[in-house]
Amino acid sequence: MAGLELLSDQGYRVDGRRAGELRKIQARMGVFAQADGSAYIEQGNTKALAVVYGPHEIRGSRARALPDRALVNCQYSSATFSTGERKRRPHGDRKSCEMGLQLRQTFEAAILTQLHPRSQIDIYVQVLQADGGTYAACVNAATLAVLDAGIPMRDFVCACSAGFVDGTALADLSHVEEAAGGPQLALALLPASGQIALLEMDSRLHEDHLDQVLEAAAQAARDVHTLLDRVVRQHVREATISLGD
Amino acid sequence: MASVTLSEAEKVYIVHGVQEDLRVDGRGCEDYRSVEVETDVVSNTSGSARVKLGHTDILVGVKAEMGTPKLEKPNEGYLEFFVDCSANATPEFEGRGGDDLGTEIANTLYRIFNNKCSVDLKSLCINPREHCWVLYVDVLLLECGGNLFDAISIAVKAALFNTRIPRVRVLEDEEGSKDIELSDDPYDCIRLSVENVPCIVTLCKIGYRHVVDATLQEEACSLASLLVSVTSKGVVTCMRKVGKGSLDPESIFEMMETSKRVGKVLHNSLQSILHKEESLGPKRQKVGFLG
Repeated sequence: MAGLELLSDQGYRVDGRRAGELRKIQARMGVFAQADGSAYIEQGNTKALAVVYGPHEIRGSRARALPDRALVNCQYSSATFSTGERKRRPHGDRKSCEMGLQLRQTFEAAILTQLHPRSQIDIYVQVLQADGGTYAACVNAATLAVLDAGIPMRDFVCACSAGFVDGTALADLSHVEEAAGGPQLALALLPASGQIALLEMDSRLHEDHLDQVLEAAAQAARDVHTLLDRVVRQHVREATISLGD
Repeated sequence: MASVTLSEAEKVYIVHGVQEDLRVDGRGCEDYRSVEVETDVVSNTSGSARVKLGHTDILVGVKAEMGTPKLEKPNEGYLEFFVDCSANATPEFEGRGGDDLGTEIANTLYRIFNNKCSVDLKSLCINPREHCWVLYVDVLLLECGGNLFDAISIAVKAALFNTRIPRVRVLEDEEGSKDIELSDDPYDCIRLSVENVPCIVTLCKIGYRHVVDATLQEEACSLASLLVSVTSKGVVTCMRKVGKGSLDPESIFEMMETSKRVGKVLHNSLQSILHKEESLGPKRQKVGFLG
């Protein structure tokens, strides 16, 4: 991507955002009736669906059951038409398996699994359109879906990505900014306590700048939290109205 | 396949209702549930559509890519179908659990499009024997509420209607080497005629009668069903019996007559929805999954 200016002299990014600005987030809870919990999120052009089943009895081999807590089972898949070039398999490839594992780690840190021993919670995430920040969109969608299912959590999990260009940290990278190949940081935060549920950084970045990038990602995650909180409250309000109370 | 378990009493209730032409949700035997159709929902595809039929939720994306024509049909493009039964629909589909059903549906789609009149494949040819458009029709099953085949075929038709393929020109220089030039104008594209694209009408035999658009509960009461693909003119392009039971020849002819009648109405209403949506143009408020 030679010649493409990711950050102009005036401080604007390729899509016209400021360095710390998020893309437009729209979300909805309770998309599907048959699942225990479901949610849909749009972050710019990245669109993800999350569905939660459980807590229910362990499916398949009983040996997997944990005596003291619930098993969190995650599957990440991305639609074959979600990326610019068509994908051959929606799930089962290396990237999807890794994403599934990361999601599992993130949600094991957030869900109060000790309340449901010997049971299983399934979280299935489906990316419909990928335009950068798929991990973040998946975590945010899954948080809403887990909340919709009424599964107790320590806190929301809010995720956001961040990058570093010309001495400035950029929040919520789009596909163009990711493809440029600079350092990239994915962060999942429990906003109330400020605890980090997942942290991953690709490529190289000078240690002195890490603080700045981490703070940009954390601030963006807190902004995401404000928005998700609004969505949840709106959803609950509508639900109580429809109950006629 | 996603299914529900019913008790004997529940089954008797459904079967008796069907005999009286009054189904559990108040429909008659030849009525569809209300169908929601929206096109152009995924912006990085050539065409896409989402169809919601009761609790059945289908998303179809069509991507046009350049490929080489098949040897036996050097001046035609072709369609590739792929059905992903995602774990969103039911946890049984996790991992490779949905592959069997996905392959079955994809093979049915290949079969209903396996004739010359469904889609004008010649218009997909760019350069005989060398280049053609391959339309990858990818179906994503998001929720399963009965009558998958009909919902998928409606979604495929809507997505093909929405598909826009960029116009390309083949330039030939003196030495005979060919060059493909893409049109500069993003709105300069070719569209497929979907007039003859068939839709599937599935008829479930319940007791002595047959119903269209069965719900999961009704599917559990039915031993066998007939899958008929009909075009808007009432031409049958493919037929298949599915299910573990058996059907007598008389009822098969009866069911075919019903499917032709129902199919024509279905095509008419689908066409009118698609044209209405198109007439709104880019001003249309996109709902997608947020509505």
